[in-house]
Amino acid sequence: MMFLLEATISGLMAGVMYSLVALGFVLIFKASGVFNFAQGVMALFAGLTLVGLMEKFSLPPWAAIIATIAVMILLAWLIEFLVLRRLVNQAPIILFMATLGLAYVLEGLGDILWGSDVKLLDIGLPQGAVDWLLDDYNLYVERLEVAAAVTAVIMVVVLAVFFQKTRIGRALRAVADDHQAALSVGISLRTIWVIVWSVSGVVALVAGIMWGSKSGVQFSLSLIALKALPVLMLGGFTSIPGAIIGGLIIGVGEKWAEIYMGPIIGGAIENWFAYMLALAFLLVRPQGLFGEKIIERI
Amino acid sequence: MNQTTDQAAADTILSVNNIEVIYNHVILVLKGVSLDVPRGGIVALLGANGAGKTTTLKAISNLLRAERGEVTKGAILFEGNEVTDLTPNDLVTRGCIQVMEGRHCFEHLTVEENLMTGAYTRRDGAAAVKADLELVYSYFPRLRERRKSLAGYTSGGEQQMVAIGRALMSKPKMILLDEPSMGLAPQLVEEIFEIVRKLNEQEGVSILLAEQNTNIALKYSNYGYILESGRVVLDGDAAELRENEDVKEFYLGVAGADRKSFRDVKHYKRRKRWLA
Ligand SMILES: Nc1ncnc2c1ncn2[C@@H]1O[C@H](COP(=O)(O)OP(=O)(O)O)[C@@H](O)[C@H]1O
Ligand SMILES: [Mg+2]
Repeated sequence: MMFLLEATISGLMAGVMYSLVALGFVLIFKASGVFNFAQGVMALFAGLTLVGLMEKFSLPPWAAIIATIAVMILLAWLIEFLVLRRLVNQAPIILFMATLGLAYVLEGLGDILWGSDVKLLDIGLPQGAVDWLLDDYNLYVERLEVAAAVTAVIMVVVLAVFFQKTRIGRALRAVADDHQAALSVGISLRTIWVIVWSVSGVVALVAGIMWGSKSGVQFSLSLIALKALPVLMLGGFTSIPGAIIGGLIIGVGEKWAEIYMGPIIGGAIENWFAYMLALAFLLVRPQGLFGEKIIERI
Repeated sequence: MNQTTDQAAADTILSVNNIEVIYNHVILVLKGVSLDVPRGGIVALLGANGAGKTTTLKAISNLLRAERGEVTKGAILFEGNEVTDLTPNDLVTRGCIQVMEGRHCFEHLTVEENLMTGAYTRRDGAAAVKADLELVYSYFPRLRERRKSLAGYTSGGEQQMVAIGRALMSKPKMILLDEPSMGLAPQLVEEIFEIVRKLNEQEGVSILLAEQNTNIALKYSNYGYILESGRVVLDGDAAELRENEDVKEFYLGVAGADRKSFRDVKHYKRRKRWLA
């Protein structure tokens, strides 16, 4: 029983990570209709930049984080200027292909700038088990994972407030609802794109930090994007709550599957279980868990 | 001499000179349209479905580019300045805003949030915006009652009010109003046009109104242009147009004849020869 609880908690924590990456996808998809294949690589790139800045310029973690955020914003601006602006009004598949290209460019850029060896990321996040849970309840819960979960929750709350309460947030939702109408009231799509790509970049950085602190910054980090895909299928491509809940479901589902089905089927369930779950789910509910409410005109 | 031309220019808020519009590099839709809107006036742009009314408005507001359309000839002057190279954002900032055909509310935003998006380009502070929100509610009391509802769940008439109120929040000098009567019950259409007239009189907003509903449009405007297949075929004072035999026959449905196009009408041909 304790074991199951431990697995569940650990699953939730892993799920938080998937949620973060899926969140980056959803933001960009909602605001620009672009399916950003490069989201995972952005997390890798952000992680690499952070480590690189700390190592090469001996920056303290907080300064390196601020500098990395600046780099991600610059990147968003460049992507808008070099790619999106030129492809506006093109078919979604063309934009998708462009993000595929972007993924390779970013990967290469990360390599050239910071090298391709596995890097340890230590920004001073707490390590080891949470003592009192271990002592009093005999539960093993990683501090790092608790930190990740707390950060993710803060991030989601900040984003929710930003979206609901600010002028820019309102404009973002307006663009997601109706591009043309947004243009007609004078909302600049280019500005909005730079903002969503920046926000996605920052979300990617947080994911990169969490993952990197646990398993080091390396190429495999970009593969968490592959986990985000089933999360999106589950949660719906346009729903922020969907991305979060979907991530948690996949995270926990994976751990449970490993425990209950692993011994029967053999190992490595974690690699494909998420897809099976999403697929099964799609058959029942194609619009996803929280697919956007479709409002019928009266 | 110079003085009077300057004077005339100052009194014309919008001037469209012989524009040609092409979609997708090949589809020629406007074939030389010219029109003027005097400051403080309501001008109607009339014509059947597909005549090019929406295209004309979008050419002015520069929303055309987002639809792969392009102004290939002619000039559009807003307050004497060429607008061709401006973005819709620039134009809204300068005081020219379009209310699109079909209303285009943000369905997942509340009525009040919709109105607030109209203030996106403003930089004159929260208090001024709040005051204008109150102003919009005073023109459209129904919107105040429904301010917390998602716009997608409001009725067609309310959505039209949201769309106009949203434009008003940008503090416009001029509104390009595209088919406000579309799909609405006659009584509601009347109500909305009354409000538009009040906005024109009390707020001094100039209005270019595209309408298929010739009857109501001529009732509320000072001047009218009739568009057919991308050309202006007739223009004049609203009262004059209402009395014009051909307009009566083709657009007001007074007499029923079997002539198919306005072009076949001899009154009009005579007039055209005279104009040319
Ligand atoms: N985006 C577009 N691409 C190609 N043709 C268009 C486009 N929009 C409108 N048209 C064509 O331009 C003509 C005028 O359309 P429109 O300006 O919408 O007329 P109206 O508003 O008077 O009904 C129509 O024949 C229409 O088919
Ligand atoms: Mg139209």
